[in-house]
Amino acid sequence: MKVLAIDTSNQPLSVALLEDEQLLATMTTNISKNHSVTLMPLIEELFKQTKMQPQGIDRIVVAQGPGSYTGLRIGVTTAKTLACTLKKELVGVSSLEVLAGALAHTEGLLVPLFNARRNNVFAGGYRDEKGKLVQVFADQHIGLDKLCELLKVYPKVIFVGNDCTTFKKQLLEKMEPERIFFASQNFAYPQAYILGLIGEGKVAVEVNSFVPHYLRLTQAEAQWLKNHRETDHEPYVEKI
Amino acid sequence: MNKQRDLILAFESSCDETSVSVIEDGNKILSNIVATQINSHKRFGGVVPEVASRHHIEQITLCLEDALNQAGVGYEDLSAVAVTYGPGLVGALLVGISAAKVVAFTHNLPLIPVNHMAGHIYAARFVKPLVFPALALLVSGGHTELVYLAAPNSYEIIGETRDDAAGEAYDKIGRVLGINYPAGKEIDRLAHLGKDVFSFPRAMINENNFDFSFSGLKSAFINTVHHADQVGEKLDHKDLAASFQQSVVDVLAEKTVNALKKYPVKQLILAGGVAANSGLRERIERELKKFDNVSLLMAPLKLCGDNAAMIGAAGHVAWKAGVRADMSLNADPSLEFSWIK
Ligand SMILES: [Zn+2]
Repeated sequence: MKVLAIDTSNQPLSVALLEDEQLLATMTTNISKNHSVTLMPLIEELFKQTKMQPQGIDRIVVAQGPGSYTGLRIGVTTAKTLACTLKKELVGVSSLEVLAGALAHTEGLLVPLFNARRNNVFAGGYRDEKGKLVQVFADQHIGLDKLCELLKVYPKVIFVGNDCTTFKKQLLEKMEPERIFFASQNFAYPQAYILGLIGEGKVAVEVNSFVPHYLRLTQAEAQWLKNHRETDHEPYVEKI
Repeated sequence: MNKQRDLILAFESSCDETSVSVIEDGNKILSNIVATQINSHKRFGGVVPEVASRHHIEQITLCLEDALNQAGVGYEDLSAVAVTYGPGLVGALLVGISAAKVVAFTHNLPLIPVNHMAGHIYAARFVKPLVFPALALLVSGGHTELVYLAAPNSYEIIGETRDDAAGEAYDKIGRVLGINYPAGKEIDRLAHLGKDVFSFPRAMINENNFDFSFSGLKSAFINTVHHADQVGEKLDHKDLAASFQQSVVDVLAEKTVNALKKYPVKQLILAGGVAANSGLRERIERELKKFDNVSLLMAPLKLCGDNAAMIGAAGHVAWKAGVRADMSLNADPSLEFSWIK
């Protein structure tokens, strides 16, 4: 199976072409530039380097969130349009699972996290099961204090991701230091190769209804839901 | 062998409509799929950018498939892909741009970046060919401007609003009258039933330029209503709407007439969401009778709002003029035509 993998969920951008679990080509950047400018030129370059045609791929795998809303939309729109226009399979993988994926075969609870500002994080809990990751608790948008509370019951917790440095001091204060570990910097950034490997093992999804996992309502919607019921409305989008 | 057709696949997602269209030879609509989010944004009394972006991504490939199916064409039949890259909401624009880039890349098609406002002007192309030089009065929720078109694919601003766009003013006073967003259509209807009894200000009408201002009018309107509320007086909404609309139409018409005097053109094009306003259409039609050699071209009512057909029409002209974008195309939320020299 030939796979194109795309992760634009945060500042790092990573793309890869795989064939049957082998890496053909990958590129990763971590410059604070708009992914809209960078993503397609890099995909173009991947195909050029591998002398492959877009039609030659079987599956597109994309990091579906959580992460930066704009970043996710660029990646997911690109991935779903590729799947739609080339009539290929589409698979979404948690952006957090991509980070944890680099540490499969590690004992303990893997907790990848992204900074979600105001001392909130996007975090999930994963554990190794014979070289494959299984989810222990769902990806969520959560306050740092609440996360520490949630992690109380786990004897060994390994935090993963570049944003961990932002919270390291707090985490060491709030949790028993002997229980927590921080994955080294070589696992700090998402790798599209790992994303592709995870995506090869998942079931393809319906393309048109595929959307990012933002894990957060917009402020306007949250406000609206305080006084309304979600079922209480006309269809939000209509063809005219 | 069939005559070679130019087939443009166009994307538009700059605000709260997701639209994909297939246009033949720049002037024939084979399909124009428009998914509007109005029901969603009604909840908030206006377009919420993040909500808009989220809806676009739900709709984009559905609209793409529908547009091709309805047009009865495949990717192999296409000549180019056109897409709005500004002005508009950045997150919303990026959905259309990302999709358009993928289609252009995977099917080896040229990618044509289109200014949304050029699209509004070219909505009129589906009625009749444009004749140059031309002048366009563009009035929408986000923009109010006079644009000079010396030749195809040439757009120069000669005047624009210094504050609110005309359409924005409609929505804001609509809120004061308790009219749901978007308020333009209902105010237009009420205006036809009332009279201009309040004589609201006509801002900048006598100034020697082609710029507009609608924030003073909006404030005068709101003050009038609030003052009446305080003294317990009930004002007739029909007369309020008529007075407001008269002021807007007077300013737009007057400035347009002055512009026609300074820049002799063969055609006046009326375009943009507010160009659907019947008060404005009637007035411009009347004024134009005084100009013997200027024909009036109005965008069809159903193409006054945002849609991809108009982007395809403007995209066709840009394509013929050699305009191309590469895979690094980005959204430009504050994209503007340049000013006339
Ligand atoms: Zn518009």
